[in-house]
Amino acid sequence: MIRLLGVLVVVIVLYLAMIASDPNARTQSTHQVLAGRLGSYGVLTLGVGVLILSGGIDLSIGSVVGLGAVCFGLLLNRGVDPLVAACAVLAGSMGIGLAHGLLVTGLGLQPFLVTLCGLFIYRGIAKWSTQVPVGRGSSDAMRLLLVGGEGDGGRNQILVMLLAAVLLTLFVHGTRHGRYLFAIGANENAAKYAGIPTNRYKILAYVICSMMAGLGSILYLLENGSADPTDAGSWLELYAITGAVLGGCSLRGGEGMVPGMVLGAAVLPLIRALCSFNNVGNEIEFAVLGVALLLGTIADELLKRGTLRRAG
Amino acid sequence: MMNGDGTPLLQARQIRKQFPGVLALDGVSMHVAAGEVLAIVGENGAGKSTLMKVLAGIYSPDSGELLMHGQPLVLRRVADAMRRGIVLIHQELNLAENLSIAANLFLGQESNRLGVGWLSRSKEREQARKHLSSVGLDLSPDRVVATLSPGQKQLVEIARALVHSATVIIMDEPTSSLTQRETDRLYQVIADLKQRGVAVLYISHRLAEVKEVADRVTVLRDGKNAGELSRQEISHDAMVRLMVGRDLKQLYPRTHQTAAATKPAPLLEVEQLTYEGNPQPISFVLRPGEIVGMAGLVGAGRTELSEALFGIRRITGGTLRLAGQLVAIRSPIQAVQAGLLLIPEDRRLHGLILPFSIRDNLALPNYDLLCRFGWMQPGRVQELARRMMDKLRVRAYGPMQPVGLLSGGNQQKVVVGKWLARQPRVLIFDEPTRGVDVGARSEIYALMDQLAGEGVAILMISSDMEEVLGISDRVLVLHEGHLAGELSKAELSEEAIMHLATGGGKRAS
Repeated sequence: MIRLLGVLVVVIVLYLAMIASDPNARTQSTHQVLAGRLGSYGVLTLGVGVLILSGGIDLSIGSVVGLGAVCFGLLLNRGVDPLVAACAVLAGSMGIGLAHGLLVTGLGLQPFLVTLCGLFIYRGIAKWSTQVPVGRGSSDAMRLLLVGGEGDGGRNQILVMLLAAVLLTLFVHGTRHGRYLFAIGANENAAKYAGIPTNRYKILAYVICSMMAGLGSILYLLENGSADPTDAGSWLELYAITGAVLGGCSLRGGEGMVPGMVLGAAVLPLIRALCSFNNVGNEIEFAVLGVALLLGTIADELLKRGTLRRAG
Repeated sequence: MMNGDGTPLLQARQIRKQFPGVLALDGVSMHVAAGEVLAIVGENGAGKSTLMKVLAGIYSPDSGELLMHGQPLVLRRVADAMRRGIVLIHQELNLAENLSIAANLFLGQESNRLGVGWLSRSKEREQARKHLSSVGLDLSPDRVVATLSPGQKQLVEIARALVHSATVIIMDEPTSSLTQRETDRLYQVIADLKQRGVAVLYISHRLAEVKEVADRVTVLRDGKNAGELSRQEISHDAMVRLMVGRDLKQLYPRTHQTAAATKPAPLLEVEQLTYEGNPQPISFVLRPGEIVGMAGLVGAGRTELSEALFGIRRITGGTLRLAGQLVAIRSPIQAVQAGLLLIPEDRRLHGLILPFSIRDNLALPNYDLLCRFGWMQPGRVQELARRMMDKLRVRAYGPMQPVGLLSGGNQQKVVVGKWLARQPRVLIFDEPTRGVDVGARSEIYALMDQLAGEGVAILMISSDMEEVLGISDRVLVLHEGHLAGELSKAELSEEAIMHLATGGGKRAS
């Protein structure tokens, strides 16, 4: 709970700092852009957050977004109905998650390695399937619904993300399935000895993560209008993991809250906006991000020690 | 037993150490002289390990003082203790498995001639050989540690202590995974160490060993000094009397023994069971209301058998019948559904999720009963936690306290409590009182007695001979993966069990 309050304070402070730094920051269009980014990052953060709290990790998210967006575009360009195409992309990405889960549980491979291989494989397939960027065909209605109209910064994405967040909150914090994910993340052996089908739940976590990446790929193409197979979605896995960690997920597993993930996902877009309004060059943006993550991690560690000392 | 000037080499006075929920040491004192072997004995939870860790600089005491050669000694970290020549050899050895013996021996004090961390391999090898031969090991210093037997690793640890010019070597249950021959070798090395004037602190619950090696015995009970025995006074009975400090009958209540008398139909029938790691078929039955002890030496395969019954270890042949019905157990999921439940040996690793609260641990295997359409019902969860905490008398601030902060005894109660909501039919307790203080132990025994009274069949795996003799209606003895024999209540004695456990076969009666 303290962790959640902490990240909430950080988000509020960043927001106020941004508002205070430039009159342009208060405009509706700024907020629309922010909402769009929070939505698109948030979807990925939620997915990887659920995976992280169950003790897994996924480095392939960005490549899944890239491959998903390219495939979505190719399907649309062939005249496939947008809804069917979107479902196909979601199903395909869930298949990717299933493969990750099976490799991790069945063969006992390390999640880091499996998904690192995925990062290369899916990017490679995306590049191989088309040499040129693909457009979004005639998917205007879907775009209007999920992303918003032209020039409004993709604001509807935040609604998509919030809907997903509500569903995941109920699932993770309200059902026994969610409890099992936490238990597996905290001590997989003990979960197994308690009669929980741990492998099934681990696979489920990978499927959720990749499914959210698939959703992210649909939003990506709809928002950007085209997807370049060489770089669509690159870096996004790191943004997503950063958001999840800032939002209170421990990479050791067993810790995290869905609302925290949403807040954590907001930190990155706010820092980027803050940088741009303060005329800090784009060049330094990554460094600022890195420092922010480091500070967050340090604060978390200190907080944890304090709690332990009090409990002791 | 003192030095020439009468000052002990190492002395502890009135050491007190409090952990959350448990007072581990309550004013413990001890002393040891150069060239002396002092055995520290006590039941699980008596404070032996904590005392050792205080002496080795791992814990700093809340109060009390340490003296070395009569001078106050302050140990803030392990390195301080090492510098003063105090080395603790942990029960689970602390060697870097994939490095060579030589690298392990000099870990932390590599020869550093050039002042840049450059390792002089030939020098190290030569030194290593010298130290290895002084503990009677004739091995190449280049051997990778992972390839050594447990006994050889133990000796490498001792050699490492010598590299650190140790004057006090603390051995925590050194023989727990050694063969008899390796144990004999260890005794020789200890005798050598005495000759060199090294003080040895020998922690063990194997009283026969203590009789063999100790010059003096300090007995701890419930974190206090319970007494001291000089060489002449050391006997099994004298040690047990001081360790337990009470009548054994009181500790092991056994009120419901109808099963032994009436021999009801078996609840669990294990027929010709084989499983991964053990191709020798095992058969036995458990009757409702019975507490069946399972004894055997470390490595006899008792835990493996419990893992097979609970579905952790793959069953390769044979059958299991529960109340006459054939059951197929491929994973703990089926075992739990069948009511065949395991309280695992390593509760911190397998029994509990340490950062989770007492409530969430108790609820974990029971969510099928605590949910409606998959939704957790917080009211039911809370109610279960309260009920179990009352029933088992778990001492904690409340149901939300993380189990990691509970004492061993209370943790064990939570592990048991996890299963009580499910109406267990067969309960396997694997080392139920390891690391559990005496008070909680008697409560756990009382609970086992009560469960047996309710018709549960209990299989209790234990290395604690007192406990096996104290509470079992019948004892199965394993030896190297097969059932060496069965002893009825009337036939029970430590001698009879050891005879079977060491491969002696059942005596004609």
